[in-house]
Amino acid sequence: MSRVLVGVKRVIDYAVKIRVKPDHSGVVTDGVKHSMNPFCEIAVEEAVKLKEKKFIKEVVAVSCGPTQVTETIRTALAMGCDRGIHVEVSGKDYEAMGPLQISKIFAALAKKEEASLVILGKQAIDDDCNQTGQMTAALLDWPQGTFASEVTIDGEKVKVVREIDGGLETIKISMPAVLTADLRLNTPRYATLPNIMKAKKKKIATMKPADLGVDMVSRVEVLRVDEPPTRLAGVKVETVDDLVAKLKANGTI
Amino acid sequence: MCRMHVTFGQWVIVTVLLLQQLLYLGREYPKGAGYFRDRLKSAFLNNKDVKDPKMIKQMIARGEFVIKELEALYYLRKYRAMKKRYYEPEE
Repeated sequence: MSRVLVGVKRVIDYAVKIRVKPDHSGVVTDGVKHSMNPFCEIAVEEAVKLKEKKFIKEVVAVSCGPTQVTETIRTALAMGCDRGIHVEVSGKDYEAMGPLQISKIFAALAKKEEASLVILGKQAIDDDCNQTGQMTAALLDWPQGTFASEVTIDGEKVKVVREIDGGLETIKISMPAVLTADLRLNTPRYATLPNIMKAKKKKIATMKPADLGVDMVSRVEVLRVDEPPTRLAGVKVETVDDLVAKLKANGTI
Repeated sequence: MCRMHVTFGQWVIVTVLLLQQLLYLGREYPKGAGYFRDRLKSAFLNNKDVKDPKMIKQMIARGEFVIKELEALYYLRKYRAMKKRYYEPEE
């Protein structure tokens, strides 16, 4: 039986109002509430469900970042993961960290841990890249089932129902494979206090990207971060003729 | 079927565990953790002198119901926010 790697990302909580730093280099993160990326929660839930159904033996939660990400790993452990791996990245490397570096780390870990499945959230709500799963699969040369809204294991194959524009697509892929979780895949369970207490006893291994032979050099440089433009107030018109007149005056028609 | 005799001490343990779980969940309450904690505290304090096991059982059940309600509230808020942000509105 097999082992599943689940990626969890620590992001600014979805309900927090984001503020751009005055120097436009990024968003304010100091003192701001962080939590597990919602799509990562769904990924963890799916992995734990597969284990409960006895399709897999062990679920390993992985997160990359500074010490604080161990909180996120602990939440995954409280949801039912067996152990965690904290890949330590901090400072400039952490600020520049993106899907390319993460997928290299996950590819290395997937091989090292002999994982049958790597399950990730489809995207993170902070950078919205939607790339890590796909890149990881490419680096491993494994099949991928992305935007999964239903996952069924059938022997050595996985049937994945994917959410695509215009509906659903069902594919069957061989394991080992990479899956990314979409919103409707499942309803993540809440970590109860007894489970949180039990999770404290579970092991979290620490390592550095260099231990996995991964270079963290970024090929992407963020030039500037801005707030979205404030929406201008709309204009209400009384009649259809008014609307047509305004559109003509605007040069739209 | 044997009736298990629950000691008063056991009720205390169950109540404390319930209180802890509610406090933990209350941290994310939309109107604020403080608001929730104050109301939770008065709810428990108002009932501190209850001795009847039947009543205690009922109140613990109500507490567990509140826990389920909170979990549902938090889940729906998050689900709806994600749906609104990432998916086209259904025609």
